[in-house]
Amino acid sequence: MSTDVNVKIDALAGVDPDALPLQVKDLHVEFRTRNGIARAVNGVSFDLRAGETRAILGESGCGKSVTAQAIMGILDTPPGFITGGEILYRGVDLLKLPESERRKVRANRIAMIFQDALSALNPVFTVGFQLAELFRKHRGMSRQDAKARAVELLDLVKIPAARQRVNDYPHQFSGGMRQRVMIAMALALDPEVLIADEPTTALDVTVQAQIMALLAELQRERNMGLVLITHDMGVVADVADQISVMYAGRVIEEAGVDDIYASPAHPYTKGLLESIPRLDLKGHELSAIKGLPPMLTNIPPGCAFNPRCGYAQEVCRQDPAPPLYQVSPSRTAACHFWKEVKGDE
Amino acid sequence: MSDVVLETRDLVKHFPLTRGIVFKKQYGAVQAVDGVNLQLRRGETLGIVGESGCGKSTLARMLVGLETPTSGDLFVQGKNMSKVGAEERRRGRRNIQLVMQDPYTSLNPRMTVGDIIGEPFEVHPDVVPKGKRRAKVQELLDLVGLNPDHINRYPHQFSGGQRQRIGIARALALNPEIILCDEPVSALDVSIQAQVINLLEKLQAELGLSYIFIAHDLSVVRHIADRVAVMYLGKIIEIGTEDEIYDKPTHPYTQALLSAVPVPDPKLRGLRDQIVLTGDVPSPANPPSGCRFRTRCWKAQDICAEQQPTLEVRDKSGHPSACHFAEVRDVVHATE
Repeated sequence: MSTDVNVKIDALAGVDPDALPLQVKDLHVEFRTRNGIARAVNGVSFDLRAGETRAILGESGCGKSVTAQAIMGILDTPPGFITGGEILYRGVDLLKLPESERRKVRANRIAMIFQDALSALNPVFTVGFQLAELFRKHRGMSRQDAKARAVELLDLVKIPAARQRVNDYPHQFSGGMRQRVMIAMALALDPEVLIADEPTTALDVTVQAQIMALLAELQRERNMGLVLITHDMGVVADVADQISVMYAGRVIEEAGVDDIYASPAHPYTKGLLESIPRLDLKGHELSAIKGLPPMLTNIPPGCAFNPRCGYAQEVCRQDPAPPLYQVSPSRTAACHFWKEVKGDE
Repeated sequence: MSDVVLETRDLVKHFPLTRGIVFKKQYGAVQAVDGVNLQLRRGETLGIVGESGCGKSTLARMLVGLETPTSGDLFVQGKNMSKVGAEERRRGRRNIQLVMQDPYTSLNPRMTVGDIIGEPFEVHPDVVPKGKRRAKVQELLDLVGLNPDHINRYPHQFSGGQRQRIGIARALALNPEIILCDEPVSALDVSIQAQVINLLEKLQAELGLSYIFIAHDLSVVRHIADRVAVMYLGKIIEIGTEDEIYDKPTHPYTQALLSAVPVPDPKLRGLRDQIVLTGDVPSPANPPSGCRFRTRCWKAQDICAEQQPTLEVRDKSGHPSACHFAEVRDVVHATE
């Protein structure tokens, strides 16, 4: 156990330690399919500071998972293509790096947790083998040392009897335990940024609470930046610092967690908040957002939300789409009528 | 008694675990549902909550007749379904219909919407005469908020929320009194979820339906249910009105479950009573002795391992709870 895992043997050129751990600038991703071009991400930008939790909130098909895949460099190409923008890790544009350099970033500095742990783990290898593989490939450890580290990691994510469980296969774990294994795997190489794509969606609420508590604890200990991708407004209210709300491939509102819940400045955010039933409030009527999200192959001109929006005027139906207006020094919203939506505070 | 439309008495479902192919030997049983007593009154919504594996879906399948109970009785409008003949049972089932969880797999992709919604009439031909069926299907489509002209479309031409509406129209085809919704909105996005919940509430008001609403999302259940039953490992551990369960829970499991649900209000962060349970749900093939929750309970004493607590009113809260140490604790609202 003499090997120091914190030594990054995969050195990366051009890293500026004072730059932000993750910056996404005007990212565009499209999928070229037989039915036309689906514009999944249309100019997403956000910053992530060390120790900060940024939630990316949105419904299915809004481009939040594609954004995560683009950051990790695991986008299926083809059909997916990154057509513009920058993804900066401490000042280095990852999109310009060759695959061999990219691999030094993946898992080492930016790691990811997937939604469905059972399909993300390999069913024919033991959990211990899959964890140890990281240390063998990225740190050049011997099998024995790597296995010992795997046990330590399982201990870290509070799997009981880690020494025995390390030889079990993924199917022998329960849903919550598998997600713990995923977390262990993501944290193995001590990354600076963790991307969690719907980490608790497949889990029961009591298990969700365990996993979120574990993530928060590990994040605090390591001062890690966390990008939490989710559609659950409850989880976001509990853990996030900054929120980016996405709709049809765009960030339509960005603000601190308190601002967004207290006074949403975009009609979509407002509609989402009004459409969720609350545990602590009794039978208020749910005001549903009418209609459906647009097809990504056929996003309406102007503001993508205009067909479903109660505030929509002629200006909303015409290109260009509304820019991100500065609502206050720390928040933005992509709505021409943000003042009316937000109301007086 | 007359306003009780559905009742179960000691309903049990054990799935046998067997060994061997030629000489089958039973060596145990998965106790999926173990002695459930429920009453559903006319026009009310009974919510059933619990985590995966607690037996809520098996219970639902028994109520609609997709699963035969191992023991116990099911009464639909006063008639014991396990005692009546096949013909009467078939007629009884007409009154209780199921809306399924996954709108993507519960509709046959090769049938048109008209055929899907009209299929129940082939099993129960006397409900609507043959010539009027198409008109009835269109009426149902209109009722659930779909365009009646889309009767010849196929399921893949609809979105998730619209498909769930088709599932609801199919359940309404035979004019049932009871609709059993098994996780009807959990596969849908939040904005669509609210549309479907509002539709279910509208239909209940218009048609006087009684709902059994099974869900793992406690916020949704609070919104729609009049009474709530909490299940853990095949048993109901607490039952009461929506206010009693959410504002005055007495069973430790209910309290833990409620405290684990995140509330979408950042101002409440850290102000709510948080109970994080340790460990996982034990296997229903080998449940703990006595109280089934005792292995994860912070209140557990010797008596919990020896004596199974019955579902009865124990304290001032006024609703039944299966805990020896039942005590009200508010976990939903901010503590100060």
